[in-house]
Amino acid sequence: MTIERADIEKLAELARIEINEATITETTQSIADVLTLVDQLQAADTEGVEPMAHPTDAIQRLRADEVTETNRRDAFQAIAPATEAGLYLVPKVID
Amino acid sequence: MDNSIMHNKTIAEIITGLNAGEFSSVELTQHYLERIQRLDSTYNSFISVTDEAALARAKAADQQRAAGNISAFCGVPIAHKDIFCTNGVRTSCGSKMLDNFIPPYDATVVENFTNAGAVVLGKTNMDEFAMGSSNETSFYGPVKNPWNINTVPGGSSGGSATAVAAHLAPGATATDTGGSIRQPAALCGVTGLKPTYGRVSRWGMIAFASSLDQGGPMARTAEDCALMLNVMASFDPKDSTSIDRAVPDYTTNLTQALSGLKIGVPTEYFEEGLNPGTEQAVRDALTELEKQGATLVSISLPHNKLAVPAYYVIAPAEASANLSRFDGVRYGHRCENPKDLRDLYMRTRGEGFGDEVKRRILVGAYCLSTGYYDAYYRKAQQVRRLIKQDFVDAFETVDVIMGPTSPSPAFEFGAKGNDPVAMYLEDIYTIATNLAGLPGMSVPCGFVDKKPVGLQLIGNYFDEGRMLNIAHQFQQATDWHKQSPEGIE
Repeated sequence: MTIERADIEKLAELARIEINEATITETTQSIADVLTLVDQLQAADTEGVEPMAHPTDAIQRLRADEVTETNRRDAFQAIAPATEAGLYLVPKVID
Repeated sequence: MDNSIMHNKTIAEIITGLNAGEFSSVELTQHYLERIQRLDSTYNSFISVTDEAALARAKAADQQRAAGNISAFCGVPIAHKDIFCTNGVRTSCGSKMLDNFIPPYDATVVENFTNAGAVVLGKTNMDEFAMGSSNETSFYGPVKNPWNINTVPGGSSGGSATAVAAHLAPGATATDTGGSIRQPAALCGVTGLKPTYGRVSRWGMIAFASSLDQGGPMARTAEDCALMLNVMASFDPKDSTSIDRAVPDYTTNLTQALSGLKIGVPTEYFEEGLNPGTEQAVRDALTELEKQGATLVSISLPHNKLAVPAYYVIAPAEASANLSRFDGVRYGHRCENPKDLRDLYMRTRGEGFGDEVKRRILVGAYCLSTGYYDAYYRKAQQVRRLIKQDFVDAFETVDVIMGPTSPSPAFEFGAKGNDPVAMYLEDIYTIATNLAGLPGMSVPCGFVDKKPVGLQLIGNYFDEGRMLNIAHQFQQATDWHKQSPEGIE
């Protein structure tokens, strides 16, 4: 598996993480090393093995469709970077 | 009674002392707070110290005790890993991203301890978002191992392990995704238990890899871990993966004899890469257990070598999804003057996350990306079942599995430098347990160059009581867990 600078730039865009220009070479190399490690998996014989989603094969519990939470908007918005009139503020998306 | 050495008491002894009126919770809490203030500038094991709230809780606990209303941890001081949300108290998860995050609610684990009357001294340091095995990735700086301050305490729960080892708290909560309770417990010479997946609620525990994360106790003895697990474990309807199963009293069987116990010893845990001194200490511990009537059975976990590779697909993949919530909109860090929404996301996350967290998000995004999902994530989940099956087969013939917790004792800061893979191999004996969802434990069993060594116990599903029994019996016959780093007395 070879991974290049352009691949890392694409991933960083997909993951919405700015990667510092000064560290991108190092980041590329270290991720290549990690992918070399995980490539050991390819040698495993997994023919017919069911992927394991949960250690004890538990299934998702459903709860009754009832209101259990009270409205705590003020408490939640008190820790937000920017709000106005009960709304979260972000930069303008559409001009 | 000399109250100047209250910090040498175990939780069990503290409860006895409080009940006998030898000291009050206020005296005890003041004593610990004074120690933290005096000593923690060296160790850096706390990110936040909640002294005022702790003293108020202690005062209330003393009043409850006087009124005869005595809950399990009434007035007992503990610390919480800074991954557990605490209502009104900053919960950073070791990250710049959450440096300003003050949760509006308590994690279930925190609530359980509050209901049991515990006094919270503060929040302990950790690797950023629990991603690390040395505590070097914390935004708040590394924690120093009290046995040798030039070495790491392990991670990610290095702050909790150090706080217990330096007697700055008699017990602390921690979490374990790939070894983050057991490895720091081993490196700091304390006792730590990662319960079965689903035994302890994950609600309010900041998520790293949701199918692997599990909270558990760290303390000086197995008995104290049993007392803590009694409080921590609960069925929680708010955690969809919490198991609806009665919580036993984990102290009930501590004194049971070990005659007839079958201990599986995996050949794969004693191969190349294991420090000879660590191996000797672990072998001596097994001999001690044989003396108590246990039988050693050689077993094989043939897929163990694939555990680290499978983990470094599954954990980063889940992390990349979990950490997408940190976007600078609702809480946490936000970059200055974003020019548009994309810029807001890119710079907020670029500035808020450290290198290791970014690396894992990118690896996870890669493994989940179009065209690679089957080759990586699906493959890793298949291998995960093979790893689990190794354990299921082994537990057909043995009661518990034992080996080293970590391949070598504490290493020096910077020793694994910029080599993430070298750091990942630190968890070579602990990761398979998380992938299988099994309970694991680390118990002090000796020293190499004056650095502690941990004996790992791996139990069958929901067999925490048996593991605590075995660890307690081992601690009745040995005194490794009673030793303290120089200058701690």
